[in-house]
Amino acid sequence: MKEKIAELEEKARRLRVAIVKTLHKSQSGHTGGSLSAIDMICALYFHKMRHNPAEPAWDGRDRFVLSKGHAAPALYVTLASAGYFPAEDLMMLRRLGSHLQGHPDSKVTPGVDVCTGSLGQGLSMANGMALGLKLDGKPNRVYAVLGDGELQEGQVWEAAMAAAHYKSDNLCALIDANRLQIDGFVEKVMNVGSIAGKFRAFGWHVIEIDGHDMAAIVGALDAAEAHKGQPTAIVAATVKGKGVSLFENKAAYHGVTPSDLELPEALKCLGCFD
Amino acid sequence: MIATRDAYGETLAELGAENANIVVLDADLSGSTKTGVFAKKFPERFFNMGIAEANMVGTAAGLASVGKVPFLSTFAIFAAGRAWEQIRQAVAYPKANVKVVATHGGVTVGEDGGSHQSVEDIAIMRAIPNMTVIVPADGEETKGAIRAAAAYKGPVYVRLGRNKVASVFPAGHKFVIGKGNLLVEGTDLTFVTTGLMTAQAVIAAERLKAEGISARVVHIGTIKPLDKEILQQAAEETGAIITAEEHSVVGGLGGAVAEFLSEECPTLLKRVGIYDRFGTSGKSEELLKYFGLNAETLVEEAREIVSRKK
Repeated sequence: MKEKIAELEEKARRLRVAIVKTLHKSQSGHTGGSLSAIDMICALYFHKMRHNPAEPAWDGRDRFVLSKGHAAPALYVTLASAGYFPAEDLMMLRRLGSHLQGHPDSKVTPGVDVCTGSLGQGLSMANGMALGLKLDGKPNRVYAVLGDGELQEGQVWEAAMAAAHYKSDNLCALIDANRLQIDGFVEKVMNVGSIAGKFRAFGWHVIEIDGHDMAAIVGALDAAEAHKGQPTAIVAATVKGKGVSLFENKAAYHGVTPSDLELPEALKCLGCFD
Repeated sequence: MIATRDAYGETLAELGAENANIVVLDADLSGSTKTGVFAKKFPERFFNMGIAEANMVGTAAGLASVGKVPFLSTFAIFAAGRAWEQIRQAVAYPKANVKVVATHGGVTVGEDGGSHQSVEDIAIMRAIPNMTVIVPADGEETKGAIRAAAAYKGPVYVRLGRNKVASVFPAGHKFVIGKGNLLVEGTDLTFVTTGLMTAQAVIAAERLKAEGISARVVHIGTIKPLDKEILQQAAEETGAIITAEEHSVVGGLGGAVAEFLSEECPTLLKRVGIYDRFGTSGKSEELLKYFGLNAETLVEEAREIVSRKK
């Protein structure tokens, strides 16, 4: 297991490099929130989820919903690395005619099942998937990644209520709680309070972890799968911009990309010396 | 005479028996929307989402993505209004195979009043790309429309009413998405109508005959995509169009027809409907009279538009 964790950590490092390079090329997109989510997305695609890049519509696959759709770069570099589409496509992020749209678009990108981007809607879709899969008696699991600012959207709580009501234990929500949103600290803009407390109050099983501790992420995903009767929320304490000290904990890097000047330093931080 | 929502409830339950992938969602109104009929027969495939319409729409989108054919219902103001953005983002944008069947459209909601009477839903659903918008005239057309919606792959919005309505179509009528119906031939003007106004137009045409005015009646069951052929023919052959709907004159059938005519064949046009105001409490029949949504109004407007032709 230790080896597997080390492998995943290295994978996540490489994915961070890809995120930084992709966003530097596009000069448009969301840096901070992509870097804070990537460890969890890496653990999902390279360890936990059953899926087949050669067959994106494989019936037996687990499902993934990036509810915080603006972290699309994190999802795209992961899908590219897994083999859903050529890595070269990343250089066309957000360009006219590219299948890598600003926010995930199921119509055009292999490996993307629903369209997200408007915050607060993904958990509803994820629960819908969970209900449909359970109705068919299938063992597939559904994973959704949300932001903490996103929890300000009321629809998230409609979905949370429904998931608990319908005992969607095949549903696991991961909250990337990096404590920042566009206008500043979540606590200052519109305090969402205790995320763990809220999900527990809504009838969910809750696991709190350090969102950058790969062993903890893996452990939490396993525990979520084993838990029956309730959906699970993994509340992950993360750092916006994690991995590049220049970007860490800065609201400014929500929707700002690495400049020509910043790129070399960013890559150095991530262990790239070429 | 049956209510379009009753025809819906009945047809949905039939479809449920024919297709195991059909699932139904409601927001605490299954008694009114008649999804309760399906719910009774197929409880494991019915999901009451409670008073949470935005979540209901997103949930339906998720169900569609794993191969189900979801029908979701609530009152038109809540379906099209409250959950507009969810329909736009989760259903229309990805072209999800979700059918939004909204009941209680228009002022015939009655006593509940303006907060519950949607006069805008056709307009705001029509504005969304990839949406098909259907407004049946009667129970028989509704049965056909629901079947057509189930067979069609993609987002559909169907708008039904509350009350029993006069029959326009015969039993077993086959509904074709995008095709209008020439119900009454005529040469002096054309009533282009939808929903319950179609039956009124047929009555108005009969009355006008006695005055020597020959009114054509074209029913538009699919507001989007619009049957341009039947409209163009009516415009060219009769030279005057009166649209009528239980909806605002802004953006609904009247808006769609005005858009088409102005560009393709400018014709004398009068839009009959709710004149950019909200509804109000009252008995359904009273409200239809109060808002002039009846054959009397159509007859008056016909005389007026014909006089403008000279």
